[in-house]
Amino acid sequence: MNLTLKIWRQKSASDKGKMVNYQISDVSGDMSFLEMLDVLNQDLISKNDEPVAFDHDCREGICGMCSLYINGEPHGPDRGVTTCQLHMRKFKDGDTIYIEPFRAKAFPIIKDLVVDRSAFDRIQQSGAYVSVNTSGNTQDANSIPVPKEDADMAFDAATCIGCGACVAACKNSSAMLFVAAKVSQFALLPQGKVEAKKRVQDMVNQMDAEGFGNCSNTGACEAECPKGISLENIARMNRELLKADTAVRN
Amino acid sequence: MTKIDAKIPSGALKDKWTNHKNNINLVNPANKRLIDVIVVGTGLAGGSAAATLAELGYSVKAFCFQDSPRRAHSIAAQGGINAAKNYQGDGDSIYRLFYDTVKGGDYRSREANVYRLAEVSANIIDQCVAQGVPFAREYGGLLDNRSFGGVLVSRTFYAKGQTGQQLLLGAYSAMNRQIGRGKIKMYNRHEMLDVVIVDGKARGIIARDLVTGKVERHSAHAVVIGSGGYGNVFFLSTNAMGSNTSAAWKVHKKGAYFANPCFTQIHPTCIPVAGDLQAKLTLMSESLRNDGRIWVPKNLEDVKAIKSGQLKPTKITEENRDYYLERRYPAFGNLVPRDVASRAAKERCDAGYGVNQTGQAVYLDFEAAIERYGKETAHVQGLDENDKTLVTKLGKEVIANKYGNLFQMYEKIVDENPYETPMMIFPAVHYTMGGIWVDYNLMTTIPGLYAIGEANFSDHGANRLGASALMQGLADGYFVLPYTIGDYLADDIRTGPISTDQQAFADAEKDVVSNLDHFINNKGTKSVDYFHRKLGHIMWEKCGMARDKAGLVSAISEIKALRDEFWKDVLIPGGRNEFNEELAKAGRVADFLELGELFAKDALDREESCGGHFREESQSEEGEAKRDDENYKYVSMWEYTGNPADAILHKEDLVYENIELKTRSYK
Repeated sequence: MNLTLKIWRQKSASDKGKMVNYQISDVSGDMSFLEMLDVLNQDLISKNDEPVAFDHDCREGICGMCSLYINGEPHGPDRGVTTCQLHMRKFKDGDTIYIEPFRAKAFPIIKDLVVDRSAFDRIQQSGAYVSVNTSGNTQDANSIPVPKEDADMAFDAATCIGCGACVAACKNSSAMLFVAAKVSQFALLPQGKVEAKKRVQDMVNQMDAEGFGNCSNTGACEAECPKGISLENIARMNRELLKADTAVRN
Repeated sequence: MTKIDAKIPSGALKDKWTNHKNNINLVNPANKRLIDVIVVGTGLAGGSAAATLAELGYSVKAFCFQDSPRRAHSIAAQGGINAAKNYQGDGDSIYRLFYDTVKGGDYRSREANVYRLAEVSANIIDQCVAQGVPFAREYGGLLDNRSFGGVLVSRTFYAKGQTGQQLLLGAYSAMNRQIGRGKIKMYNRHEMLDVVIVDGKARGIIARDLVTGKVERHSAHAVVIGSGGYGNVFFLSTNAMGSNTSAAWKVHKKGAYFANPCFTQIHPTCIPVAGDLQAKLTLMSESLRNDGRIWVPKNLEDVKAIKSGQLKPTKITEENRDYYLERRYPAFGNLVPRDVASRAAKERCDAGYGVNQTGQAVYLDFEAAIERYGKETAHVQGLDENDKTLVTKLGKEVIANKYGNLFQMYEKIVDENPYETPMMIFPAVHYTMGGIWVDYNLMTTIPGLYAIGEANFSDHGANRLGASALMQGLADGYFVLPYTIGDYLADDIRTGPISTDQQAFADAEKDVVSNLDHFINNKGTKSVDYFHRKLGHIMWEKCGMARDKAGLVSAISEIKALRDEFWKDVLIPGGRNEFNEELAKAGRVADFLELGELFAKDALDREESCGGHFREESQSEEGEAKRDDENYKYVSMWEYTGNPADAILHKEDLVYENIELKTRSYK
């Protein structure tokens, strides 16, 4: 198929940036979206033009490095996949595809489609851990049984890949789903309960400090999440936060 | 044979590690904060090492080329992590895990290292659970296990098909705690481009900030390389696009011996190559072989009919299917080790039984498992076990619960529903057992330079068993290196901060910058990928699943010629002092072009077949690998002397005192 690409090009953080048109031909449906961009880039390089910068690494939907806002949706039109797992068979010959970076105040653009998501790291550093040192003397892994249902729910929350699609999808650029996924994972497990109150407060404070907006309650984050992280996690985080805040007042 | 001291402690195998820990030097807590350690790579090995070293009190600087430590490629490990917990009561033990690993590695790994790995394996599970890693559990609330290839017990702990992700996020959380406390200084989007040696000791690195392009000097009292393997020398592999050998290769060029470069794992169950423009391959976890059966049609007419689209695999009757692993290896069946399964797939495909258009695919079929689980569930729920529709529905639910994400991944890539039709799979490059040579303390031949995880060579011999990479990465990082590094650093408590103004830093930086400038100013005609694909093709054809003398000899000269062409004709757009991915890739491919040659040289030297290294000249009448213990029971250690072709071979003789050397049999 032959496609028209409209791609956001921006030389650096301080550059203004603009959409640039490209034509690409002979795209096969079996190609992944990023392989299609690889082909475009090889063509640009052969002309000694600068290739389009985009983040990517594992190309199997787990590292969370790839992003892209494709035709107005984070990770494009398919559901439950990241951009690297999106295949060109989802598009038709003659389509025009708009490719933009994830846009949010807390995700400044580095170059073209590459954004800085280190705000996510700083939220995690503020409390997303169990304070246990590595010793080899922790208790036996089976000494605290965990109900399968809790373990499964904790796992589902923990499958968040930290890509930032939830932020890009939200009209408020809220990171609630990302933060809630981590808060939930630990809140559901006995190992995480000890520090639960402080954790949720610290992480929410850091989230606010990074400039993410408040929850819009529209559910766009859940709809666009490549890992299907549930909105229930946000409800759980709010309960955890309420519990923590009231406990402090006692 | 050159005298090589692997520093293996004396005493009985089971006491070595305990005694060693009791006898090595320690650094007191007040002194630890005066000591800097650089950790390159933040996967399971690097991430766990950085966290643990910081917990102990060292000042850690950690580097990763990705935008966050959480993205390291350990995240993509799917199936699980082994540990000798014997929770299933099926006869597992430290010894058995040790034995399986040495045997699985075809007797080319070091006994003492592997025993220690098995010994600390149980601690890893305890530690990860304490960190809040959500492993799969049974209804009673206890941890669940599954089986992996090459063993007869269930010792693999897992979190659906995302075990690597969960373990890495555990290590990442431990790192985050230390980053928050200021004990780890994290350098994201930084790439190590050289190691700095001062007075014979590793004292720092030269790194490039991949956002600004700035070349930086970083000093430390010790440097730890945890930068993973070099599978991307094949261009197409299951590794991430950015996975590279540069950190490992640079230290090799500065004096660290490189061990067994030809030992590569070609994983039997990957999604076959779809087109010429494909950029990477996707693994389907080995755990699928717990329930999936591998087959090709028995009759060539059926193969033809499938290829022309006239026949569906589901229509081929049981008696017309060749479950070749079950046929050839009745004892282990579909759960033979990876090297054996890969070669068996190649054998069938070479004989013309491959089932896709290129003839490079076999089936992985879940029909029997769906029926078995469906019946079981129907029985438990008191439903009709003879209702085929119901049984299939229930069975699919069980399979979805176990492998849902893998099935989804397959469907997205191939556009076929694996619940309805068998998966098509083919072997692909996945892991490299070879790597930087280390002694028992995980120190390389350069004092103060350590290598951990896939970056070193130490534990998997000539073939790694499934679910053992995660185990080794975390064992090295959480439980081994943090102890052994203290023995070395105990001498450094009075050294004080290492200055980056020293000549060695200036020299190393100058070399790095001049290389980068060469790439930018070269203005040739071909992209980095052009050369990388060509290298990958040579490697796959001549250093892949089967190797012979003629092929290896020609690979060596072809790689050399390609390397010369690369330096003359590579084209890098853009500048040096900016975000420039082509420039970063050029450096990585330059190193692959050197490593590839050493790889072929090593494969040529080893005129035996063992594990993943199969020399056509050395096979039994049945086509099984024929090992030659008399002549090749050693670790190849290559010393760099200015050119991969001129590398000098040293040998570490492998001594087996606790395991009898036997021909590996899975029949």
